[in-house]
Amino acid sequence: MIAIIDYGMGNLRSVQKGFEKVGHNAVVTRDPAEVKRAEKIVLPGVGAFEDAIAELNRLGLTNSILRAIDSGKPFLGICLGLQLLFERSYENGEHAGLGVLKGEVVRFDLPPEYSVPHMGWNQAIIRRRPPIFGGIDEGAYFYFVHSYYVVPEDDEVIAVEADYHKPFCAMVWRDNLFATQFHPEKSQADGLRILKNFAEL
Amino acid sequence: MLAKRIIPCLDVNQGRVVKGTNFLNLRDAGDPVEVAARYEREGADELVFLDITASHEDRDIILDVVRRTAEVVFMPLTVGGGIRAIDDIRALLNAGSDKVSINSAACRDPGFVREAARRFGSQCIVVNIDPKRVQKNGSEFWEVHINGGRIGTGLEAVAWAREVERLGAGEIVLTSMDADGTKDGFDIEITAAVAGEVTIPVVASGGAGCPEHMADAILKGGAEAALAASIFHYGEYTIRETKEVMRQRGIPVRL
Repeated sequence: MIAIIDYGMGNLRSVQKGFEKVGHNAVVTRDPAEVKRAEKIVLPGVGAFEDAIAELNRLGLTNSILRAIDSGKPFLGICLGLQLLFERSYENGEHAGLGVLKGEVVRFDLPPEYSVPHMGWNQAIIRRRPPIFGGIDEGAYFYFVHSYYVVPEDDEVIAVEADYHKPFCAMVWRDNLFATQFHPEKSQADGLRILKNFAEL
Repeated sequence: MLAKRIIPCLDVNQGRVVKGTNFLNLRDAGDPVEVAARYEREGADELVFLDITASHEDRDIILDVVRRTAEVVFMPLTVGGGIRAIDDIRALLNAGSDKVSINSAACRDPGFVREAARRFGSQCIVVNIDPKRVQKNGSEFWEVHINGGRIGTGLEAVAWAREVERLGAGEIVLTSMDADGTKDGFDIEITAAVAGEVTIPVVASGGAGCPEHMADAILKGGAEAALAASIFHYGEYTIRETKEVMRQRGIPVRL
């Protein structure tokens, strides 16, 4: 069973619907025991970094997430669920993240002709093809909406980049850990393919 | 490279698409869910539902439409119309909307934009700005209007755009009341003035009559996206045709 972690940050139904569309059931849960039982974990989320960490702590989910990643279960972070994996974020002050990956989350600092949030469909530049990218073409479009992006300390974890004035990290991959800045559940056929690949790992 | 977006907009009243469509093979030409699915297949980048249901008591109808749409459509969906309270936003997001667009309620109470952005994040708070060119003290003034252009607010469009960005809006949909419905093209002057003043994305709206207009909104107006209703609904142009014209003019599009 796939568990989608619900910690009150945004609507998670679309992620669940995405899995259903490609033939896989997923449960939306905030129960640490259910997260522990699940075979695969998805950490989605939109909203503020600080609130997200506070909610994960309040609900007792932080350890469940860390244990799931350590245990080798396939883990997929989406958007804020990617950013939370890092050591710290500078969104509205400086806040500690889960620290699963070394690095930080910083705001886009771009020439005035670039809008922030980075909102819309941008293309994947595949640096290291993760297994859940099977069947995805170089240059495939995915839907992004974010003002902050992750800067991993270790370049090796960067699997996919996208270009917005300069390349930034659009996806990390380390062993069983996958996390995307873009929203596969909002990225039509290619996004659904990623969900399918993840479900079938 | 980030693609410029093409966004079809559906006016929905009592759960039905109001403006006609001549899409083929629709079981029910007035069902927003089917029209949304069709636009997804055609390659729309996002979708907007504008709920024009007059009565606030009928809000459950749009929630049901959003829920059913989210079952079949896997692209961003924005819902606007009649949003007055934080609970209205929560209900729409929970139903499956990705963004909500606020118009009158923002003009009446700017603090509402701040509160909405704080609660749900800027990425899902869109503010609609509907300017109309009026004469004030012998010179032209771009006055923000509400209620479909019927009521002037006294706010100046560019200053209001800056203000909503400051309050935390993540995007602006700018609909010129003078251009809306004319099919003569977007109001490029106002679009460029607003897009040049804010960092958040500006979606040009009102006046699209052909793909060239969409391209002009991007190239001359500085918009990140262009929104249209009737040119797509009546099948005058497909989204693909529109994007091909844009690409010929050097605009990055997702085809």
